[in-house]
Amino acid sequence: MIAIVDYGMGNLFSIYNALNRVEASPKIVREPEDLEGADGIVVPGVGAFGKCMEHLSRFELALGDALKEGLPVLGICIGMQVLFDKSEESPGAKGFGWVPGEVVRLPDEVTVPQMGWNDLSIKNQVEILDGIKDGDMFYFVHSYHCVPRDRSAVAGTVTHGTDVAAVISKGNLSATQFHPEKSGVKGLRVLENFVRSARC
Amino acid sequence: MLAKRVIPCLDCDLGVPGGRVVKGIEFKQIRYAGIPWELASRYYEEGADEIVFLDITASHERRHTMTEVIKKTSEHVFVPLAVGGGIRTLEDARSAFNAGADKVTVNTAALRRPELISEISEAYGNQACVLAVDAKRKYGDDMGREVVDTLKGKCWFECSFFGGREFTGIDAIAWAKKAESLGAGEILLTSMDRDGTYDGFDLELTDAVASRVKIPVIASGGVGKPEHILEVFQKTHASAALAASIFHYGEWKVGDVKKYLAEKGTHVRL
Repeated sequence: MIAIVDYGMGNLFSIYNALNRVEASPKIVREPEDLEGADGIVVPGVGAFGKCMEHLSRFELALGDALKEGLPVLGICIGMQVLFDKSEESPGAKGFGWVPGEVVRLPDEVTVPQMGWNDLSIKNQVEILDGIKDGDMFYFVHSYHCVPRDRSAVAGTVTHGTDVAAVISKGNLSATQFHPEKSGVKGLRVLENFVRSARC
Repeated sequence: MLAKRVIPCLDCDLGVPGGRVVKGIEFKQIRYAGIPWELASRYYEEGADEIVFLDITASHERRHTMTEVIKKTSEHVFVPLAVGGGIRTLEDARSAFNAGADKVTVNTAALRRPELISEISEAYGNQACVLAVDAKRKYGDDMGREVVDTLKGKCWFECSFFGGREFTGIDAIAWAKKAESLGAGEILLTSMDRDGTYDGFDLELTDAVASRVKIPVIASGGVGKPEHILEVFQKTHASAALAASIFHYGEWKVGDVKKYLAEKGTHVRL
């Protein structure tokens, strides 16, 4: 079973359907204790950083434990950003800090939000990028982007005014700035890879 | 680099179970094109970057039918889905999002009550709120509205609502800018002069709006052949192009149009 963390901020239909499509037996989980028994956990991204953390903070302990136990965890979009220390979007709000670094606004000279398909440049062919090639495109919607202190955590980038971290991989913790559930067959492939890693 | 998007649009009559896709020519001569979720799945398989559903029904049953259409579609289609037509309140928007929509487009209701844009974008994020602008050229007295120099002379662009049946006197350019400041994440800009004509986009309208806002503009109205889509990407700042008829009746496949664009040097997802 792959748990989708529902922190009450909107529609999880898309990610649920996409995980269903790759036969992940998804389950929407509203309480931290219901994460028990999951083979992997998806933290979807909806809303603004601060609001998101407000709702997500009660999952901090359970998610932290899952990470320590080696359970694969996948953050998507804002679900990736909350893994960092903080964000310019919500000054004062604290992220989980599992990936050291911060989240900053996209440069002014490009369209913000970045909305649409962008081509991935692969820096490190990690497990969740299995079967994904340089130049494959994914769907992005965001106004802020992650800047990890340790660049080696960045497995893939896209260009939008600057180098944007698109895929983060750090042990059993993975994250994508793009929406794999909205990125056609390539996105489904990323989810499939994640689900496979959760099963072995 | 961000790719230019090609977006099929499904005008849906939801007065029948499951709905049906129709396309009118200048809002007359309605032609039947297919079942919404089936057509959406076909376009997805062919490489559509996004799908837009526009509800053109007037009945009260529609909210339920649209919910069914979106639910069914989102089981099969893994690209963004936008829903418009009859979104009057935050509650309408919520039911679309809960069914699996990623974006809603607002038009008439936002013209009447612009705060609707802020309400939706605050609740679901800017990217989730698309402002649809149906604009028509007006030559003659501009009364201080933003005037554009076109090949046919100076004109301004007037917003229409109720699907082009009524005019508002509102300047489409100023309205787009205001909507951006209220939190709209995107503008779906339809030329009422070109819609259904197969004569190509109104490039002057598209560029006038796209060069004045920072948010992405989706050009709409008038596509008759792939060259029109190429043209709007080459000559304006449009981020995406919307088309209906050329895809519905099998004249062109979405994938073939995108291949053509790529051959001509436009950055698209293949």
